[in-house]
Amino acid sequence: MNTILRYAAQIALYVAFGAALGYFSSYPVFQALPPDQALVRLSFSHGAKPISPCRERTPEELAKLAPNMRVKLDCPRERAPVQVEIEMDGKPLYQITARPAGLKRDGASTVYRRLPVVAGKHTFKARLADGPDGKFTYVSDATIDLAPGKVLVIDFNAGKGGFQFVH
Amino acid sequence: MSVDRQAAPGGAPSRTIWRATWRAWERAELAFDAVFGADGNPLRHLGALGFLFFWVMLGTGLYLYIVFEGTAEGAYRSIDALSAAALGSIIRSVHRYAADGFVVVTALHLVRELLAGRFTGARWFAWVTGVVLIWFLYASGIGGYWLVGDQLAQWSLTATAEWFDALPLFGLSMVRNFLSSGQMTDRFYALLSFLHVAIPLTLLLGMWLHIQRVTRPNVTPSRALMLGTFATLIALSLIKPVTSLLPPDYGAVPATIPVDWYYLFIHPLMDATSPAALWTMVMLATLVLAALPWLVRVSHEPVAQVDPANCNGCGRCFADCPFGAVVVEPRTDGRRGPGLARVLPELCVSCGICAGACPSSTPFRTVAELVTGIDMPQRSLAEMRSRMERALAGLEGSPRMLVFGCDRAADARVLERPDTGVISLLCTGQLPPSFIDYALRSGADGVLVTGCAEDGCYYRHGNTWTAQRIAGVREPHLRVSVPRERVRVVWAAEDDMANLRAAVEHFRAALTNLPPAESRHAARTKRPRRKEVALG
Repeated sequence: MNTILRYAAQIALYVAFGAALGYFSSYPVFQALPPDQALVRLSFSHGAKPISPCRERTPEELAKLAPNMRVKLDCPRERAPVQVEIEMDGKPLYQITARPAGLKRDGASTVYRRLPVVAGKHTFKARLADGPDGKFTYVSDATIDLAPGKVLVIDFNAGKGGFQFVH
Repeated sequence: MSVDRQAAPGGAPSRTIWRATWRAWERAELAFDAVFGADGNPLRHLGALGFLFFWVMLGTGLYLYIVFEGTAEGAYRSIDALSAAALGSIIRSVHRYAADGFVVVTALHLVRELLAGRFTGARWFAWVTGVVLIWFLYASGIGGYWLVGDQLAQWSLTATAEWFDALPLFGLSMVRNFLSSGQMTDRFYALLSFLHVAIPLTLLLGMWLHIQRVTRPNVTPSRALMLGTFATLIALSLIKPVTSLLPPDYGAVPATIPVDWYYLFIHPLMDATSPAALWTMVMLATLVLAALPWLVRVSHEPVAQVDPANCNGCGRCFADCPFGAVVVEPRTDGRRGPGLARVLPELCVSCGICAGACPSSTPFRTVAELVTGIDMPQRSLAEMRSRMERALAGLEGSPRMLVFGCDRAADARVLERPDTGVISLLCTGQLPPSFIDYALRSGADGVLVTGCAEDGCYYRHGNTWTAQRIAGVREPHLRVSVPRERVRVVWAAEDDMANLRAAVEHFRAALTNLPPAESRHAARTKRPRRKEVALG
């Protein structure tokens, strides 16, 4: 191969390398969400009630304990699972029973889910049960107009009254 | 002779596919050789290019670090302002494209070593450390995207947090930290800045470890290759400068995301599957790749052996071993010499380059049994000499040629014919130059030495050392008195038989124009054979 041809081929190969670097560094573009959809992010971390109520220890039980451990109430460490149901326009959108974290199941129940939905005006209803009886003690609803690509975060904070619809 | 020319996993069909793929790769390398020359061929210097890209990133990264404002508000602003300045834009773009280039050459480097079977035996260490380094490479690269603080960073951070949340490690949801702008604190950006310095420096430490078990690692590309690579990065940075997307918007998902597929492909992959599936894929790939040296069935060749009586501890085997498998220790046996070579079996790849380097490896010695200082049991110097003598004795016609070939290169054995004898070696580096001299004095009109393509030796340095020994710039030298017109060196990869055949024919034609060997030998008959030099 003569010198000019070699240099031309070198340039062509460097150009091809540069073109591949440049192209795949940003193309093809990725469509994170179809154009007609919006995104609901269900996200909360909540410590549920104990799995069973506290009970009083009998005098015999107390006597068996070390003096510094003689506490009247015996409360279980384990928490109840958290149940959540989300409805959109009267139809179930998502439901989950989230177990508490930790080896002793005494931590918070944490949930994060991405729920793509068709964009538009929707009525969302959220229910949460955090006791051993499974009763939905927190119920909230909201009607929200979700434009395409918009994100609705459904969070839960018992201290702030329950569900929060952030958009 | 049965030669295990290449390690390959699986049964016969997969070995066939494996070898066919390697041959295709070799053809591509040969085509690139024709364009760039072996020295400037990027396919032959992928590891060195990886180091080059790292240094480019380090240099440009230092500048970026100076102007980068590591706060929630300032990160996006400072990077955006940097891109508005011409020099800043180029430096940012070169940094990014060098990072992309690093992924490309790393992937090609892995595929090349895999196809060539260079991951078994003593090479397991470089292979396994290389596999681990891929994690650090990706952690460094993806972390760089987060620092920009734009919508791409927001998307990547969220996707990465979603991925890590699939692991039952924390009990808490990491992704909850990326749901609103209020959660992005200055402290978080300080952590990201620290990680983007600490992880690449760990990567560098890992790269240093990666090359610890090879001598003279190829970590610097040739000047031509460096210039070509720099020019490409700068041209690309000028033509397509890297820019930030809009600032993060936690209330929306960007309609389309310009993904850097070299690094961020894992996010769309997770989107198409699930976080758990992505973990399964990457962990499985990592484990299988890391375990490959032990999953592949390869025949274990005997390692080099030292004969203390013939070793004077000169250190040439130590200097030439491409894998640091020979050490020279003080003598304790009372013999003369500064030391005694010792082979470290766990590092030896059985190439025989040490035998080619040993000054005792000369066929002119008149001992009954040729024993050298360091030798390969499976193909000893004594066996080589007797094979050479048999081959020379059987040559007919003119010109008579002897070819020294290499088991790993173009198969020289197919060149055998009445006027051409062939001796195939474990590696061309196993050839002591005195064998060439001996062959020419014993009736050969010419000696042709062939081995792997330039810069493509399976054992790293065999062909380079042989070329230097013949050129007289590396010990042991080919004697000055050897007529150089009767010696030819041809490098030909396994798939380059046509080139080897053509070179042999060309050499044969050249030898035809020279006086026949008989006349040379007649003039030298009075010359005594070399006496054995006592080295022990």
